Amino acid sequence: MGRAANPNAIKTSRFDKGFYFVVNLLLFLVLLITLYPIIYVVSSSFSSAKAVSMGQVILLPVEPSLEGYQAVFKNKDILTGYGNTILYTAVGTVLNVFLTLIAAFGLSRRELVGFKLLNFLFAFTMWFNGGMIPTYLLMKDLGLINSRWAMWVPGMIGVWNVIITRTYFQNSVPEELFESASLDGCGYFTYFSRVVMPLSGAIIAVIALFYGVGHWNAYFNAFLYLNNKELFPLQIILRDILIQNQLDSQMMLDATSSDVNMWMADLLKYSVIMVACVPVWCIYPFVQKFFVKGVMVGAIKG
Amino acid sequence: MPSVAAKGRTGSEARKPNTRSKSYQLKMRLKRTWPLYVFLLLPLIYLAVVQYYPMYGAQIAFKDFKAGLGIAGSPWVGLKHFKRFFNDYQFWRILPNTLILSFYSLLATFPMTILLSLMMNTVRSNGYRKAVQMITYMPHFISTVVMVGILVQFLNPRIGMLAQFLQMLGGTDRDLMGLPQAFPHLYVWSGIWQNVGWGTIIYLAALASVDPSQHEAALIDGANRLQRMLYVDLPAILPTAIIMLILDAGRIMNIGFEKVFLMQNDLNLSASEVISTYVYKMGIGGTGRSDFSYGAAIGLFNSAVNFILVVTVNQISKAMKQNSLW
Repeated sequence: MGRAANPNAIKTSRFDKGFYFVVNLLLFLVLLITLYPIIYVVSSSFSSAKAVSMGQVILLPVEPSLEGYQAVFKNKDILTGYGNTILYTAVGTVLNVFLTLIAAFGLSRRELVGFKLLNFLFAFTMWFNGGMIPTYLLMKDLGLINSRWAMWVPGMIGVWNVIITRTYFQNSVPEELFESASLDGCGYFTYFSRVVMPLSGAIIAVIALFYGVGHWNAYFNAFLYLNNKELFPLQIILRDILIQNQLDSQMMLDATSSDVNMWMADLLKYSVIMVACVPVWCIYPFVQKFFVKGVMVGAIKG
Repeated sequence: MPSVAAKGRTGSEARKPNTRSKSYQLKMRLKRTWPLYVFLLLPLIYLAVVQYYPMYGAQIAFKDFKAGLGIAGSPWVGLKHFKRFFNDYQFWRILPNTLILSFYSLLATFPMTILLSLMMNTVRSNGYRKAVQMITYMPHFISTVVMVGILVQFLNPRIGMLAQFLQMLGGTDRDLMGLPQAFPHLYVWSGIWQNVGWGTIIYLAALASVDPSQHEAALIDGANRLQRMLYVDLPAILPTAIIMLILDAGRIMNIGFEKVFLMQNDLNLSASEVISTYVYKMGIGGTGRSDFSYGAAIGLFNSAVNFILVVTVNQISKAMKQNSLW
């Protein structure tokens, strides 16, 4: 145990030793409860269809195999959905970040005529909105039903992200820079691109990650506005497979009997969960600190 | 005409150049700062179209909306749809369902988050604490669809890991996803599994800023670690906790659509129908004919209540001399 963490000369009492032990134990329990379902999904996805269907997987893969993944990558719907999700995430995040940065920059300048009003107009939408039905009618009027733009337009600017970015610009980019830049005859556009942007790597990473994960996991807009299968993102396909249990027989091309078919359906669910989650989990350890930072910047404001 | 007060103080001659110089100042300021509007142009168009136009469109809640007549052209019907909603037998089902889910979620999540934060803060090994943080934050990034999918899989009576465990303990062999009485527990505890770790971030930051001399003083006074947790750490996060609690209370009618809708099935509907899912079913999808006006009315009722709650909550936290939302 890290005795060094406690700089005090006073010896740890017997009570405290017991207390630390109990806390560590409880946290270990928390870890188990958090990790076990994830490990179970991973192990199941690498097991054989029969083992999954018979409920034989407890902790480690049983009869290790990749047949689940083979089925996933043979499934046309899943592949199309995967491609769509990558497209929605990439384009959506770029649009989001660009618009959020310019909005936050404009709203961060106190000399802006109408500073208070404009900031209020943005913030107000966090507390009141027209609701699902009027928004749906708007999308219909704009002709965005069944268009890829339906995935980008409704959430193009997240007001919360604008606020944390604005707070960052106000607190972390020294105002003296603006003063000396304007003395050198530097206008807003040059100031933004040459001074503010190079100093804003951290906040750009934060909002890009928030937006990116949001797009990757999003299902609501697609569910509401898309009904063309070719446009579905992965999450909609996942919903059909995992929750609606809609796996038509053509999904498993080499199924030889209905039993094998059903086993395969059970296994495929775990593999497809993995395929959907792994990209996020892979980048997660490297970017965790940015997410935490984002929460903290938001908390200062909230 | 100059006002009496202005005349009395400065005289009408002095007032004129003053006005001019004010508008002149504004002009100069605009001349200097107009590029900021270029930055705000696209965001403001977005705001006007995607955020504010639907607020204008929400008037269909007071109309009988016909697609052919448009939002402005449809005839006014006053409070017809609101009356229908309050007399709808579903109203007395979805309002309690909404409130039960929110309150249960709030009351269970709040203490769990604080407890976990205090425990994480107590750990002396930095490596262990970082590992616990990293792992407990992780489920937050699982999508709602996958979260509910995992729940459905685990509770499947035939192959589900959780279902079989419960059966071993003598529980029911029916599918819990189809039991209305199980629905709130499944909703809340899966939510805690997914988000409790993430929720600790803000408290851990508050705990990290506790002055070490307070702990030292308590140590010298002979306090053990449990006492220091209760009398040093806990008071340190209390202000944050109260603010978070108040803010959460403002969202009490704001149960999100996604997770509830995904967890719904025909069997658990008596416990799982909430306002947002009902708006969707009445207005757009579901089995019946879609009635945009009725759906919009229910949605507007919900938005209005949410708004009042948020403003009230903000006033309370303002009164507590804490950071304000506005």
